[in-house]
Amino acid sequence: MSLIGHPRCAHCGAPSTARFCCVGCEGAHALVQGLGLDAFYQRREGALGLLKPLDPPSADFASLARSDAAGGQTLELMVSGLTCGACIWLVEQALAAEPDVTRARANLSTRRLTVAWRGAAERGNDLAALIARLGFRVAPFSPACLRASEDAEGRELTRALGIASFGAMNVMLVSVAVWAGGDMGEQTRHMMHWLAALIGLPTIAYAGMPLFRSAWRGLRMGRLNMDCAVSLGILATAAMSLSETIRNGAFTWFDGATALLALMLAGRVLDRAARRRARQSAAELLALQEGPVTVLGETHPVAVERVVAGAQILVASGERLRLDAVLEDPQAMLDTAATTGESQPRRFAAGEALAAGAINMGAPFIARVTATARDGSLAAMGRLLEQAEQARGRYTSIADIAARIYVPVAHVIALLTFLGWWGLAGLSWEAALVPAVAALIITCPCGLAIAVPAVQVVASGALFRRGVLVASPTALERLASADHVVLDKTGTLTEGRPRLLPGAWTEADLRAAAALAAGSRHPLARALSRACPEVQPASGLLEVPGEGLLLGETRLGSARFVGHADDAGLSLHLARPDAAPIAFRFADSLRADALAAMREFQLAGLTVELLSGDAPDVVGRIAAEAGITHFTARATPEAKAARIAALAAEGRRVLMVGDGINDAAALASAHVSAAPAEGTDLAQAASDFILMGGGLLPLAEAVQRARLAQRVAVQNIALAFGYNIIAVPVAIAGFATPLIAALVMATSSLAVITNALRVGRGPLLRQSGPR
Amino acid sequence: MDTLVWLIPLALFLGGLGLWAFIWALRSGQYDDLDGAAARILFDDDLKKGG
Repeated sequence: MSLIGHPRCAHCGAPSTARFCCVGCEGAHALVQGLGLDAFYQRREGALGLLKPLDPPSADFASLARSDAAGGQTLELMVSGLTCGACIWLVEQALAAEPDVTRARANLSTRRLTVAWRGAAERGNDLAALIARLGFRVAPFSPACLRASEDAEGRELTRALGIASFGAMNVMLVSVAVWAGGDMGEQTRHMMHWLAALIGLPTIAYAGMPLFRSAWRGLRMGRLNMDCAVSLGILATAAMSLSETIRNGAFTWFDGATALLALMLAGRVLDRAARRRARQSAAELLALQEGPVTVLGETHPVAVERVVAGAQILVASGERLRLDAVLEDPQAMLDTAATTGESQPRRFAAGEALAAGAINMGAPFIARVTATARDGSLAAMGRLLEQAEQARGRYTSIADIAARIYVPVAHVIALLTFLGWWGLAGLSWEAALVPAVAALIITCPCGLAIAVPAVQVVASGALFRRGVLVASPTALERLASADHVVLDKTGTLTEGRPRLLPGAWTEADLRAAAALAAGSRHPLARALSRACPEVQPASGLLEVPGEGLLLGETRLGSARFVGHADDAGLSLHLARPDAAPIAFRFADSLRADALAAMREFQLAGLTVELLSGDAPDVVGRIAAEAGITHFTARATPEAKAARIAALAAEGRRVLMVGDGINDAAALASAHVSAAPAEGTDLAQAASDFILMGGGLLPLAEAVQRARLAQRVAVQNIALAFGYNIIAVPVAIAGFATPLIAALVMATSSLAVITNALRVGRGPLLRQSGPR
Repeated sequence: MDTLVWLIPLALFLGGLGLWAFIWALRSGQYDDLDGAAARILFDDDLKKGG
């Protein structure tokens, strides 16, 4: 089977020169085959390199299992990487193959897995490890991070929609009888109207609650939102219809009120569904990055929030330091890329301050906590972020602007209609109310209210399929108006992991070096292992943190470590007793689609600049490679935010893209922002868009789609306005029968929805293939 | 007109049945995973257990 040169890893789908990109994927593939579940690879719709098996999960799942009376255990897990039907099939089948598992059910929408088994609670850890071996990342399911309350709210909305639809349909049934039955006796019509009131009023009272609550909230804050107009319209219509029913009038409008309610709720449910996915993915990523801390002297890991200043903590290899601390061990090796943007891990000596967010790349070390989670640098960054968010919260969406103009106008028209008929035409006030309410119903902004949400639902759905999650309601509008892109380097423009460059070494040298490197977590050693994945790790290795590896007389490490003077950039040196020293050089490569994305940004009229915390020579080289002329190196988090503020002061609308903790403040203060899914939790929390596929090209496409969405949203508002303007004179003149009101409402909504569907159609970029 | 006495309650009863079925489905969690449900219908081999 000659699959060498296969462009993608056979398990996770990430670009790879060998059949498998790493030992983990090879193991996972063997596991899938051993279970007879190969069909998974044909079924999945395209992995994005998200299925990479990592180390087994560190949390203790056994303690989280709930036991039931029959001696069974149930465990709820959050699983990252569930992207398609094939994934849930694989996970469920793999668990079902275990003899003691009684039930395994994965939820694709919420990324939640429920597994039940007979026997001891400790099995929970094995089962979690099994899922991790397949390449899915698992974390304990925490209701807090999935915001259970919001879920309940969604359910209430769905139930309200169901009830409103039922009410609307049945009231309509009665109403059609009244409209069509021209020869209907007065008695029968009266009875029909009472029947409609009997169905309509409870429906409005129950199903209207979500709208009424939102309108009330808006009113209390002194703001007229779309819900105010809709609520007032519905309530006035219901009251008017009831009085007409009691007076045995010719028309009632219960059908219009319930249909409007159902339509509004449908828009709300759709809108929510589109954003729920993004919110959940973000929450899931956050949960995966959370973890307990090992405190010396405690038998169990402690939650981050409960660790006090002065506590001694043990940071394991590969673990993220979650609190600010001072190093107590003689030395430690930390990757500070997330906090400072430096691409190379750095050595710290005893007594040096370590900032939360760094990752331990060397041996485990002990540190003394200097600030609790609430006072630490991460929290400070969080507060900075909150301030910036508030500033951005003042952005008014186009829907708000439309509502602010439209709602008072509609109410004034209704009032004038009433005054006109009552005062000028000399009707009784009861009779004058009829055309006034008809005007209110006809101007009820149902088309207008769904004009923008419909576009956003379609656009968010189209972007979701391309791996871009929309996390904020006004994100698309802000993205559409962006005119300047600021990129972070490590992990954003580049892959954030070094790649071996060709050099003066032979295949045998590489194998010898890789055998040593396989035993280390250092990014360069890992890059070396990736370049030569089939080599078995050598035994008897000795690692000198921050220096290199020793195996007898053979050394692999920094230039200093092998007694070499030359030390330029990212390199590892191999020194063997019987051969000349050899240097392996590395580079952090641009993302595969970076150049294409830069071109797309430029074609879309956006200027691009690079803003990095890394050393000037590294930043300069990457900027040249990506064709970016404007770049800044050694930028601190404050400098980054300041640069964004300066650009904003110049009147630029900045799209910031970054992944690190050091980018968070800049991300939050930018006009609009995006973070890759591999980025840190803080960066994602600050961003409007999360790039699941990792590449930059989908973001460039998102700009185009956001612009299209913006155009269509404006068209939709014009359409909805147009319909209402035509219908308003009819209502004012007193000719508005329920039939006309219903027709206007239905056609304007349909026109708006049909127009919105255009946003989701077709690929927008020239080089993106058929999809 | 006599037919209305029967037909309207009948229509309301049938509609009510639909509403009850909807609320039952909502309560039993059938709207929790719409993405998964769309994929599951394509699995040609049933899960050995669970489900």
